[in-house]
Amino acid sequence: MSGEESRPSAGSAGAVSASGEIEQPKSQPLAVQEAEIVAVRRGMFPTAGGGSDTSGYGRLVRKIELPGQSPRPYGGYFDEVENELFGALDEQGLAPELAIERVVVHRGQITFQVRREHWVQVARTLRDDPALRFELCLGVSGVHFLHETGRELHVLVPLMSVTHNRRIQLETTCPDSDPHLPSLYGVYPAVDWHERETWDMFGIVFDGHPSLTRILMPDDWPGHPQRKDYPLGGIPVEFKGAQIPAPDQRRAYQ
Amino acid sequence: MTIQAERAADDMSDAAANARTGAPLAAEELNGDPYGAGDEAAGGRVFTITGGDWDEIADSLGEAPEERIVVNMGPQHPSTHGVLRLILELEGETVTETRVGIGYLHTGIEKNLEFRNWTQGSTFVTRMDYLTPFFQEVAYCLSVEKLLGIEEQVPDRASVIRVMLMELNRISSHLVCIATGGMEMGALSAMIFGFRERELVLDIFEMITGLRMNHAYVRPGGLAQDLPPGAVDKVREFLALMPKRMKDIEALCNENAIFKGRTEGVGYLDLTGCMALGITGPILRATGLPHDLRKAQPYCGYENYDFDVCTWDTCDAYGRYRLRMDEMRESLKIVEQCLDKLKPGPVMVEDKKIAWPAQLALGGDGMGNSLDHIRHIMGESMEALIHHFKLVTEGFHVPAGQVYVAVESAKGELGCHAVSDGGTRPYRVHFRDPSFNNLQATAAMCEGSMVADVIVAVASIDPVMGGVDR
Repeated sequence: MSGEESRPSAGSAGAVSASGEIEQPKSQPLAVQEAEIVAVRRGMFPTAGGGSDTSGYGRLVRKIELPGQSPRPYGGYFDEVENELFGALDEQGLAPELAIERVVVHRGQITFQVRREHWVQVARTLRDDPALRFELCLGVSGVHFLHETGRELHVLVPLMSVTHNRRIQLETTCPDSDPHLPSLYGVYPAVDWHERETWDMFGIVFDGHPSLTRILMPDDWPGHPQRKDYPLGGIPVEFKGAQIPAPDQRRAYQ
Repeated sequence: MTIQAERAADDMSDAAANARTGAPLAAEELNGDPYGAGDEAAGGRVFTITGGDWDEIADSLGEAPEERIVVNMGPQHPSTHGVLRLILELEGETVTETRVGIGYLHTGIEKNLEFRNWTQGSTFVTRMDYLTPFFQEVAYCLSVEKLLGIEEQVPDRASVIRVMLMELNRISSHLVCIATGGMEMGALSAMIFGFRERELVLDIFEMITGLRMNHAYVRPGGLAQDLPPGAVDKVREFLALMPKRMKDIEALCNENAIFKGRTEGVGYLDLTGCMALGITGPILRATGLPHDLRKAQPYCGYENYDFDVCTWDTCDAYGRYRLRMDEMRESLKIVEQCLDKLKPGPVMVEDKKIAWPAQLALGGDGMGNSLDHIRHIMGESMEALIHHFKLVTEGFHVPAGQVYVAVESAKGELGCHAVSDGGTRPYRVHFRDPSFNNLQATAAMCEGSMVADVIVAVASIDPVMGGVDR
């Protein structure tokens, strides 16, 4: 593995890799910096299928990549958190590579991408393990990647450990065809409203939530407004003989 | 004041018959709420009460009144800080169940952000929690800067001014909390003092940014413009005046028997409750835990300032009031240090691909692009004109990725989750508003207390519905 890269890291990182007591996570089959492709775009404009792209870049193909698995060591306290988490999961008889899809360190922040089947167990471990102690859950934030087939809906949960003064993020995904995630309400009651908001805005059903109802939109509202395929409902406006389309239909530079 | 009360009736047809004969009810109660869903939908007899004496209403229920009454307080109730709706179940005057209805001020700011470029986002987020605009602006700009990887390039002067504005904003936000909270308890002098002092802060904001609220002054990469001449003197005047004015409020409230009687032991929420419900800010610090992101995970150079994290140990509304007063003192300390740290220099990153091309200047027809810049792009350099046009119409590209950045707002942890797909507009921006989260504690604070204590408890949470509903 590429663990020997010269990255600025706190002392703990080297010690952990040298101790070798938690070696099994290192063998998980993850390609380093395997990026997560969320969309492939053509041309310079969203509606560039036909003749509207006059920029000459109509055949340009760009992959929209989010940062992928990061090479170890990550630096700072990240390695320690990862080792403790993987160790604790291992003790519970759950292979870490089954639960954690990737670990992304990006812009100085660490995100654990968790498979949704193990979402609650990972969160509970992070809260209860004395070496982790992520007591504060700071909400639930959904993202809709319309073109990432099979993993359209992402959910990000920032956690904070007041005890150790650390911050991490958990992320999980579910497909549009089966928008279900287990609720974290049993672990962090704080997510009550946040999960309701994410249901309201993205249509993600949090199984096990005590009262998953709309919170910001009216109760009888159809659709989930923050989804990328939600029609804005704007109408074209005529101005001096020219039609100006609605904001989501308008030709806009990407 | 309008209170809509519904009486739970086991037999709905009986209730309807009563309403038709209308024997014990006053005319206004019979008419009901023309916009309401009707008695059947509410599941009981519905009374619409506008002022008047509670005893008369209770008497009008006739003999054997039901013990359980559901009071629908808000969303247009003056003591609910905007359009918060509280659904209280009462036994006599004791609250047995509290539910909170929000969403009346949802304006879709997060969705709107996705249709404007990154710089324009600043002008949306400032409108979320309209009492703490600078915190949203800074949280948003820090997250954009983190996505761009330019945190280190933001000039010191910009960071110092950001800190100064945030701390002044903390003072103005706490003043509104104390003022409105006092008003709801009948302490109108506290309200007048609080709003008078807040006006001093807003005057400073107006001088620096041009607006009293909704500033959009903090921009990704720095600030919209530098401090105007005279701003530092004005802040110094405020620093000299404010401690005296704070003494007025403290002399009025701190040992006031009525004030203490209304707030002590009210809205109790201990550390365990705060942790479970994700409560941060003054409510958490009033339980004795000195958790403050400015100290724990400094941003904008807070590690270079000398200040203390205030705590209180009573876990109640009185403790939160005292804590806010103490925090305002600390904020004054920080503002003073900011003025000393202000060194001349740029307030925007050097990178011309990010920094707004024009500096604003005051012309004959008001504030606008500086004439020098107009002359440059119109008369001297075609390249500069193209550059200006591209940056203003398209904006700058932000590399794909996501970050979560949190700042210590006046109300707790304000988090900004920004996602970029590499384009010139945000793919998704989500704000973790402290009021939104903290309002979840309403039930824990209110159940088992009197109706009047609900008002005090909600005021001590200091929710602002603009931030809650976004």
